[in-house]
Amino acid sequence: MSTFAKDKENRSSSFTRRAVILGGLQIGILGILGTRLAWLQVVEGQKYRTLAEQNRINVKLLAPERGEITDRFGVPLAINEQDFRVLILPEQTDDLEQALRKLSHYIELTPRDIQRTLKAAKRNARFVPVEIRNSLSREDISTIEVNLPDLPGILTDSGQKRSYPLREATAHLVGYVGAVTEENIEEEDNNPVLGLPGLRIGKSGIEKVYDKDLRGVAGQAEMEVNVVGREVRTLSEIKSTPGKRVILTVDGELQRFVQKRLDQERSAAAVIMDVHTGAVYAMASTPSFDPNYFVNGISVEHWEEIQANPSYPLNNKVMTGQYPPASTYKICVALAFLENNIATAHTTTNCPGYFLLGNDKFHCWQKHGHGRMNVISALEQSCDVYFYELSLKLGIDKISEMAARMGLGKPTRLESDHEKSGLLPTQAWKKEKLNDIWHRGETVVASIGQGYTLATPIQLAVMISRLVNGGYAVEPHLTAAIGSERILRPEFPSIGLNPDHVKLVIKGVEQVMVGARGTARGSQIPEESMRMGGKTGTAQVRRITKAQRAAGVRNEDLPWEERHHALFVGYAPINNPRYACSVVVEHGIGGSRSAAPLARDILWEAQKRAPALTDIPTSA
Amino acid sequence: MPPLNALKDPHDWLYRLKQINLGLIILICGFAGIGFLALYSAGSGDVDKWAASHMMRFGVGFVAMLVICLIDIRWWYRLSYPFYVIGLLLLVFVEIKGHTGMGAQRWINLGFMVLQPSELMKIAVVMALARYFQAIGTDDIKGLKVLITPAILVALPVGLVLLQPDLGTALMICMAAAAMFFIAGTTIWLFIIGIGGGIAAIPIAWQFLHDYQKQRVLTFMEPERDPLGAGYHITQSKIAIGSGGIEGKGFMQGTQSHLNFLPEKQTDFIFTLWVEETGFLGGMAILLLLLAIFAYGYWISFRCKHAYGRLLSLGLTVNFALYAFINIAMVMGLIPVVGAPLPLVSYGGTAMLAAMIGFGLVICCNVYRDSKLVRM
Repeated sequence: MSTFAKDKENRSSSFTRRAVILGGLQIGILGILGTRLAWLQVVEGQKYRTLAEQNRINVKLLAPERGEITDRFGVPLAINEQDFRVLILPEQTDDLEQALRKLSHYIELTPRDIQRTLKAAKRNARFVPVEIRNSLSREDISTIEVNLPDLPGILTDSGQKRSYPLREATAHLVGYVGAVTEENIEEEDNNPVLGLPGLRIGKSGIEKVYDKDLRGVAGQAEMEVNVVGREVRTLSEIKSTPGKRVILTVDGELQRFVQKRLDQERSAAAVIMDVHTGAVYAMASTPSFDPNYFVNGISVEHWEEIQANPSYPLNNKVMTGQYPPASTYKICVALAFLENNIATAHTTTNCPGYFLLGNDKFHCWQKHGHGRMNVISALEQSCDVYFYELSLKLGIDKISEMAARMGLGKPTRLESDHEKSGLLPTQAWKKEKLNDIWHRGETVVASIGQGYTLATPIQLAVMISRLVNGGYAVEPHLTAAIGSERILRPEFPSIGLNPDHVKLVIKGVEQVMVGARGTARGSQIPEESMRMGGKTGTAQVRRITKAQRAAGVRNEDLPWEERHHALFVGYAPINNPRYACSVVVEHGIGGSRSAAPLARDILWEAQKRAPALTDIPTSA
Repeated sequence: MPPLNALKDPHDWLYRLKQINLGLIILICGFAGIGFLALYSAGSGDVDKWAASHMMRFGVGFVAMLVICLIDIRWWYRLSYPFYVIGLLLLVFVEIKGHTGMGAQRWINLGFMVLQPSELMKIAVVMALARYFQAIGTDDIKGLKVLITPAILVALPVGLVLLQPDLGTALMICMAAAAMFFIAGTTIWLFIIGIGGGIAAIPIAWQFLHDYQKQRVLTFMEPERDPLGAGYHITQSKIAIGSGGIEGKGFMQGTQSHLNFLPEKQTDFIFTLWVEETGFLGGMAILLLLLAIFAYGYWISFRCKHAYGRLLSLGLTVNFALYAFINIAMVMGLIPVVGAPLPLVSYGGTAMLAAMIGFGLVICCNVYRDSKLVRM
């Protein structure tokens, strides 16, 4: 064999050897790849399948449109208004700040707006639009839209914003919506709907009570998303169901009237309701506030201003104001006297201007005395001594029992987020709460609605309603219908009053308005067919001292916050009562002086508008 | 150089035609067919998006392959160095005036296609090395002196590719070259020293890596480091592959790939899309096809009677294998993301052309296995 051939053979065998090694290496690598593939797909397949599912589907909630709130005629009290916003899409602009600066040539942008936008843009992915400003005017929006070619990355859109057209007039009644808070989320057990961006939920009033109905049902969209969260397409979509419309029994125009009338006082509350059905036609409290400021978050200054007002603008005094019912309470006490045979129509007492119990002297409001009083004249002239004297024969428990039947002492269950229950004292109550025995003098004070006794304006309206509606336990309500469903109310049970007794008391409260010495004789409605009846009340805020009494200090000379509360409960028309009204004017000095004219105006206006005579449309 | 008439083929063209490996061609067509299906799916049923032009490129490449394999291997032998020089010039050109993509200059736009010279260079390096080792005697190759020239042959393109910078391709050229050195008979010690030196050089090389390259390596070590950033390639690819299971989600039903969880699903991550939809069975089909193609390449190499053909066919087979291995290992999270396509399956003109030229030369080694090559 030649060297050449040998060399060739050597080389060939070396090549073969090494090629086999290389081939083996390749097969080995293929084996590794196959093993890896089996590991990923066969062994860990389930794990990755789960990961893949989580990866690709993002369930997005679709915000439902909040239901409207309207009055009984369909006049909107809470609506959704178009809210124009301007946004920026960071991925469509090279320089965010530059784009915002350009935008500020067309609309006003505060440094805070710009800071907030830049911050939000940094937090989110570049394809997420960031809101720059909301609540833009139509002019602003059209200015931006015309100049859009010059504003890269700027978008406009319109969302919805809750709006209350009657503003202050329905602030307490309808309430307002606000942003979701941590507590809301906790209360609702992390309901994912609350996570919807920009969602507003009811914070007070009807907005809060019927929040679930108004809110509607969120829709759901299953979005396919890619790895960075960009939505690729919609897999399935369940449309959101708009919230139900809530139709109130309220007459919006009357409500506005009542609010306006009340606003003449510093601090007052009034409610007018149907004596038979319990439908509330208007309910207002002054001072009020504009709920529209609360929707998108109230400014600190505005909030502090509201907080600083000593008359608590945020409180709905119709429901939460607890006042001594004062002489309006005499309606209950008179009924209790008659029912318990303490008094008949003919029972009389003498009023010298004061009543002595042991060493204690209880004054009548009429310093010089009323003289002989029966139940009718005692109500007409609001003689205290008549009630002082007879109450001792009756005792506190019987008085409170009658008052309870008239609707006092417990919440009226009006649709409201918070309602005070008032207070009807009894011997047992005092023993339990104050660990003390009941004194007779306390009964005397209680007989004219002072002392421990407390009632809210809505309770007082119920009280007068039950007197004049034939003795039924009417309960007030605000809601006529939710969606297309009318809210049916059970028939009210009788409270078991003797019609003869009722007649006597009604006679008394009619005389209040027309009697020669009626406490509110100046406040009668001039129109014959609309005549009203009612009872005044003047509640002492603090005890009149001996010195003041001796000096004859007039109540109006005292500082405002020491003056008496003025109360009035009334109804109209007298021949066929339909509307019951109660008014409290805080520190209004006297029921006949400030509360009665107010009630007169409300009852008069109500009868002119006659909301009770219109049927409520329930279809949307 | 022998006179041209020395190149006269003793056999007629019909004989040569019969030597073409039909089996290998069928395997290649099958592999490209998988590519067509995968790209059809990647385009969500839109043939025009990728699949159609992929097939057109395959058609062009197929014709090129047939032409190449029928040209007398002695021509290729002679042209080995000139091709190498042309490839080198193209690399220089792309360095001076190339298109920048993904932070690297890699392409030359020829108008009808974009050309990545580094892809062609891989073949040219193999040809040049085969040409060189053909001329070296067995005893000579044990020495180190003869290795200087081939070392330069490798170092020049590797250096230029690194300048682009394209670490993946540079490493692939190195590995293919190492395989050539190995089968050519270079002493084993050289490899031991080479590998040792390579490992020692890692800390130094690290300094020269670009940030995105460092990122890829770090991400490979710990993909969860940055699941929405650099790590998402690997993590999402693994999820896609794993969720395919044994039988896959069904053709065109792959959720991860279609929802753009995968970047570049039509190129580097085409294997992921395929196995997500066809599962472990489809993945094994690819691996077995690869095994068959490798085996064919080895068979051709063993049958070849001249060193040039043996080295060339084996070098090109290894080159093809490296492509496939690196791509598949990358998408399964076995190695860092380097950006290597799966030849014949990934969408890409140059890669397709390079693969078909490579196969053309491999088949040529079979067709002209008995040619007499004069050592020069």
